[in-house]
Amino acid sequence: METMESYSEKRRSSCGLAGLMNENGERMSGEKIINSISVMQERSSGLGGGFSAYGIYPDYSEQYAFHLIYENKGAKEKTEKYIGKNFDIIKDEAIPTREPKNSVSSPPILWRYFLDTKEGFSKEMAEKDFVMEKVMEINRGVEDAFVISSGKNMGIFKGVGFPRDIGRYYRLSEYEGYTWIAHGRFPTNTSGWWGGAHPFGLLDWSIAHNGEISSYGINRRALLDNGYHCALDTDSEVIAYLFDLLGRKHDLDFDTIADVLAAPFWEEIDREGKEMSLHRAIRITYGSELVNGPFAVIVGKQGKMVGLNDRIKLRPLVVGREGDMLYMASEESGIREVCHNPDRVWAPKAGEPVVGELR
Amino acid sequence: MVKRIYIDEDYCVSCGLCQVYCRTEHSEYDDIIKAHKKEDSEPVSGIFKEEEEPSSFAVQCRHCEEAPCIDACITGAMHRDPETGSVVRDEDKCVGCWSCLMVCPLGVVKRDEDEKSVAMKCNLCPDKDTPVCVANCPNEVLELR
Amino acid sequence: MGEEERSVNQSYLPSEFSVVREDDRCIRCEACVNQCPFDVHEYDAEEDEVKADESKCVSCHRCVTICPTDALTIKENELDFRENAHWSEESIKNIYKQAESGGALLSGMGNDKSMKDYFNHIVLNASQVTNPSIDPLREPMELRTHIGEKPEKLEIEKEGGERKLKTEIPPQLELDIPVMFAAMSFGSISYNAHMSIVKAAKKAGTFYNTGEGGLHEDLYEYGDNTIVQVASGRFGVHKEYLDAGKAVEIKIGQGAKPGIGGHLPGEKVSEEISETRMIPEGTDALSPAPHHDIYSIEDLRQLIYALKEATEYEKPVGVKIAAVHNSAPIATGIVRAGADYVVIDGIRGGTGAAPTAIRDNVGIPTPLATAVVDQRLREEGIRNEASLVVSGGIRSSADSIKAIALGADSVYIGTAALVALGCRLCQQCHTGKCPWGIATQDPNLTKRLNPKVGEKRISNLLRAWKLEFEEMLGGLGVNAIESLRGNREQLRGVGLNEVDLDTLGIKPAGEAW
Repeated sequence: METMESYSEKRRSSCGLAGLMNENGERMSGEKIINSISVMQERSSGLGGGFSAYGIYPDYSEQYAFHLIYENKGAKEKTEKYIGKNFDIIKDEAIPTREPKNSVSSPPILWRYFLDTKEGFSKEMAEKDFVMEKVMEINRGVEDAFVISSGKNMGIFKGVGFPRDIGRYYRLSEYEGYTWIAHGRFPTNTSGWWGGAHPFGLLDWSIAHNGEISSYGINRRALLDNGYHCALDTDSEVIAYLFDLLGRKHDLDFDTIADVLAAPFWEEIDREGKEMSLHRAIRITYGSELVNGPFAVIVGKQGKMVGLNDRIKLRPLVVGREGDMLYMASEESGIREVCHNPDRVWAPKAGEPVVGELR
Repeated sequence: MVKRIYIDEDYCVSCGLCQVYCRTEHSEYDDIIKAHKKEDSEPVSGIFKEEEEPSSFAVQCRHCEEAPCIDACITGAMHRDPETGSVVRDEDKCVGCWSCLMVCPLGVVKRDEDEKSVAMKCNLCPDKDTPVCVANCPNEVLELR
Repeated sequence: MGEEERSVNQSYLPSEFSVVREDDRCIRCEACVNQCPFDVHEYDAEEDEVKADESKCVSCHRCVTICPTDALTIKENELDFRENAHWSEESIKNIYKQAESGGALLSGMGNDKSMKDYFNHIVLNASQVTNPSIDPLREPMELRTHIGEKPEKLEIEKEGGERKLKTEIPPQLELDIPVMFAAMSFGSISYNAHMSIVKAAKKAGTFYNTGEGGLHEDLYEYGDNTIVQVASGRFGVHKEYLDAGKAVEIKIGQGAKPGIGGHLPGEKVSEEISETRMIPEGTDALSPAPHHDIYSIEDLRQLIYALKEATEYEKPVGVKIAAVHNSAPIATGIVRAGADYVVIDGIRGGTGAAPTAIRDNVGIPTPLATAVVDQRLREEGIRNEASLVVSGGIRSSADSIKAIALGADSVYIGTAALVALGCRLCQQCHTGKCPWGIATQDPNLTKRLNPKVGEKRISNLLRAWKLEFEEMLGGLGVNAIESLRGNREQLRGVGLNEVDLDTLGIKPAGEAW
């Protein structure tokens, strides 16, 4: 029987994003972000919702906080054996949740671990590569087990359901973080499945993404050439890995990353002059990393939050500031719901990143 | 400036199509086949192919600044159009004495057999936007300028 | 046996074609008579009739095209051979030809035999609903391509708040469209053909390749749109030649005749050719099969760097090979030897003259070679060290786009450019009697190719392809060619088996993400 609810589910627009950050480092509860994303509920289908938060584990801030989802106990046992071999488990426990209600049903086993690497690594890059490798090995190698976040002092909470219900389920109002990012999903490419919700995470990156990547095929191959295996069949995985490759491995700043992912047009570059300028060099070198197709992303990282649109801005993104707070959302309503009087609200231009940073 | 037809002789392929189209234009029939095959039609071309391998080119009336044909004409049929400066023939006045044919240094004035009156010569196709030889040259070597 | 001893009185070869003339339409203008270089047509004044010696007709269609009344058509000689699935008409005639000459059969143009046409079995995607297509009439659609080595990453430093590029970018060719003109030597094609092609290349913002015949002095002024080739015969290779172009390409092989060198029959070595190539007039110009200074990969490396030194490291140096079984490892070797780009020429590649047996039986198809070379270079982690240019039977913008989606940076077109100039693929290039003035040096014939017209026709071809590229890219939801390059996810196979799909690295039609 068709009800008003199921009917309203059919009237679609697209996915919804929200993000907020206190640049002074003051931590807030998850209540605010839940309210911000919920006002944009029409943008989801109830088949995916999720949050990422930074600064939420101050007592374990030096450990890698792994959030895992398991479809069954066997997967959990296998994975824990593997984790134990490669890391020291300082603490592990079930991720606290409430009774699944409304759009949330049949949750998998949700567990978190606070880990130290066993050996000391001389270079930070090597340690992060090691952790990333292990995460990919679990995701590819252990059936029914998925690492959904693996950063320090941060975590991703996501699953199948509307964001408000997911936020409630994970008891996010009980956490305190200085950056919160949220996503409500209207999946197109894979069936509704807990691991497929956004944000997508890798190390301390979390990506909430609205859009569909037409350049997926070549972005994915370029990532493979650099050692990143895309195991989850979603576009967002590609964006996360690109940020890690360009931001961490190649050490590029966010303006340059934006110039790669949402490259300026040749017409513009030619106007700068005919010699080998930075923009020209970026397009020549990083052609396979250009992300074509509509997207709006909100990216979180230790101490930073970045909002970015594709090169012709085919998805909405609005940004607002009030005092120390930086707000981002797919719609202005998402901002005004939690900030009634922002100092400034604007829509960033195509390809221009908006960066929030801890002072 | 008097308009004349010029040729880029490096690229004339000696196909003779300019002659075919000129004949057709000056025959009483519009259709190429009828113009060439009907018993009563004997069209004469105003453009002529000249060849000496590997060169070839096509020549027609040059609308000379000092035109011998105009001087020779006994009736004034051959005269200069005051507007365009081209050398043109008044059909009604021509009596077929063939003086113009004899004095033309290029030999581009010919007898029009049917009419028994002379001076079929290139008239730059006044009824057309572009002279038919120029429009139909397969190698685009003829130009009116 | 000397040549006289080999010849026979009577040929058993039947006419290949029939010339059909509708007498009612024939106005005896004799255009066909003076235009046919093979002496097929003749005017009989006594009978007032134009007659045809059909045994000489090669179906070049010059007469058909020039006839002002459409009185002519050419048909295949309807002589019926007894049906034989194994001994085809062609196989029988080939033996007659060999029995009557004792010579290797020669052909012009590329492999014309039936073979699975992979491009025809590949289809492209389009974006709908979930991802908007982009309207090329209203949005920029970027086709610009760079050929050359790319750095793995960029080093950028902040100086006074400004980002400064520290990495040096190696020399690049900048193309406004990912299509260049393939190597066709001055000798195999005429001066007028070269002039038409290079002018079109300049207009379109792309490049043409001199081929192995050297560079005519009149064309030096177009150096900014020229790639100079160094082939095994080293025809016309000297310091000014290397300085003239924007890139230097070492030709190891070509798709029409893998393993053997270039061949210009003596009939086509005119005075101008002799001057440009630096060889005696009238002699056959036979390029040696290997470069006699390249017997191994390290020798190739030596030549690559010799050329880089000679051009002061300011130009990309590329290497062209025919697509053969071991294309992937060979290409890897070439890249590691220092080449800035690799050209792979597939089995459909054209030529002015090649032994038919080699043309039709040696080499592998372009799309397969493209896929495996691109994949192998990625697996070796060196894909950024050289660009990949592919050629051999690229007929259309669709073929080009598919080649790019499989992994190529750009395509080279040879036959397609000549067809734009009027070529009908009659495959008589080796006789030097090209009726369109393209593949000949006979001044009676070369004048038929007016560079003014030729440049227009080729420019029009590129313009049409550019519009088609933009439509296809826009339809895919992509506005920059680099997002389609190597993006096999946007391709699907139709009617291909598992091995084909696997080799090409594409999914079968019907399968979604």
